[in-house]
Amino acid sequence: MNTSGEEGRPPYSFAVEGLQLFYGEKQVLFGIDLTIPDRQVTALIGPSGCGKSSFLRCLNRMNDTIPGMARRGRVLLRGSDIYDKDIDVVQLRSQVGMVFQKPTPFPKSIYENVAYGPRIHNLYKDKTHLDEIVHKSLRRAGLLDEVKDRLDQPGTSLSGGQQQRLCIARAIAVNPQVILMDEPCSALDPIATARVEELIDELRARYTIVIVTHSLHQAARVSQKTAFFHMGYLIETGPTGDIFTAPQHEKTQEYITGRFG
Amino acid sequence: MTYGHIVKSYDEDLKNLNAKLFEMAEIAGRQLEHAVACLIESDDALAVQIIGQDPIVDALEHDIDTFAIRMIALRQPVAKDLRNIVAVLKISSHLERVADYARNIAKRALELKAMPQTQGAKALSRLVKTAISMMQDVMRAYENGDVVLAMDVWQRDLELDEMYTSYLREILTYMMEDSRQIGPCTQLLFAAKNIERAGDHAADIAEIVHYYVEGTPFKDPKSNH
Repeated sequence: MNTSGEEGRPPYSFAVEGLQLFYGEKQVLFGIDLTIPDRQVTALIGPSGCGKSSFLRCLNRMNDTIPGMARRGRVLLRGSDIYDKDIDVVQLRSQVGMVFQKPTPFPKSIYENVAYGPRIHNLYKDKTHLDEIVHKSLRRAGLLDEVKDRLDQPGTSLSGGQQQRLCIARAIAVNPQVILMDEPCSALDPIATARVEELIDELRARYTIVIVTHSLHQAARVSQKTAFFHMGYLIETGPTGDIFTAPQHEKTQEYITGRFG
Repeated sequence: MTYGHIVKSYDEDLKNLNAKLFEMAEIAGRQLEHAVACLIESDDALAVQIIGQDPIVDALEHDIDTFAIRMIALRQPVAKDLRNIVAVLKISSHLERVADYARNIAKRALELKAMPQTQGAKALSRLVKTAISMMQDVMRAYENGDVVLAMDVWQRDLELDEMYTSYLREILTYMMEDSRQIGPCTQLLFAAKNIERAGDHAADIAEIVHYYVEGTPFKDPKSNH
């Protein structure tokens, strides 16, 4: 486990302190304290409506646009609060990428899907450099070999699993620190799911990953740290191996064993 | 309080698995008790019956293995459910060993018939009583998730070890007094060793119960590590 921090970097990508979230009158998160370790996969689990997706969306300010949203507490990305007023949200989202439940390729070519982020953030010197970024991102997303001869074809022509890996390639093209994944495999078949899970395992060498999943077995397979949410509270967090063999909290035990009363 | 599973057939599976384990424990304990009784009372018929029943325990162990592996594959258990199923698998192999000891003792009872009479057999009843009560209590500890009782059984194994050592001295005395006793007393010594081993298995089961209930490995209080 990387807790020491290399090259003076903090051991945590995110440190969330006392996070409370409200949608109008309704409070959906209650005083969440959670650290997201650097270059590990952290899984957020819990029943529907437990606040795990709301929490995930706080990590790159995706909740900002929701009318009536209010927030208290701090969300520190490498020590700086992402809710500070001088933070550029567009810049933040290039550092904290997101992959959604359903693959969301743009109605553009495979190449342009991946080149989109580097173009809008002006991250490339010339066409050769952009080609390099696109190829590297597709390779890291485990997709290059499958699409290298048809980069000009629409992203939507790919299979569901390939589209999801294209979205991951698009997310990593802007060289983020963190990738947030909201149920990235729920629309995929078991083989495509296994490919994405293998990809997640490879990506954690370079990126910090936070994944929301309804599949407990997926959480167990891909993550090193697991956080269990229930009714807006963080009930328990710990190494995934411990959570799935000997959870400390009765509620966690009941949930992961399928006993919720 | 602990709720049942949302999928009720999961609870049914666990119940069935445990029922098989308790049946196995009951038979293994009874076999051991009866085997020692044959030795003390020279009951040939019962000894033959015990030897003949050993395959029943083996079949139960096989049944439990198959059922537990199937549950792991189909239910993909985690946390306490996983620890429970692993505990059943491990406990059943300990019980199978105890039943093997019972069969060995029954065989010795038959061999002892052809040897000079000996005084040493009666004292075995105290040993077997302790071993049987340990087995019964450890299974009760498993059933009720009672770690305190499990640890009590674990402690009692130390007493059984001492009882075995003092039995050994008693038997040695018979052998030294009369060399004709060496044959039958050797048989008794092996039987005593088997009973002492049954106690070890009960203590091992106590450690398994500890892990199943607490989720942390049992630590030997005598060990510094």
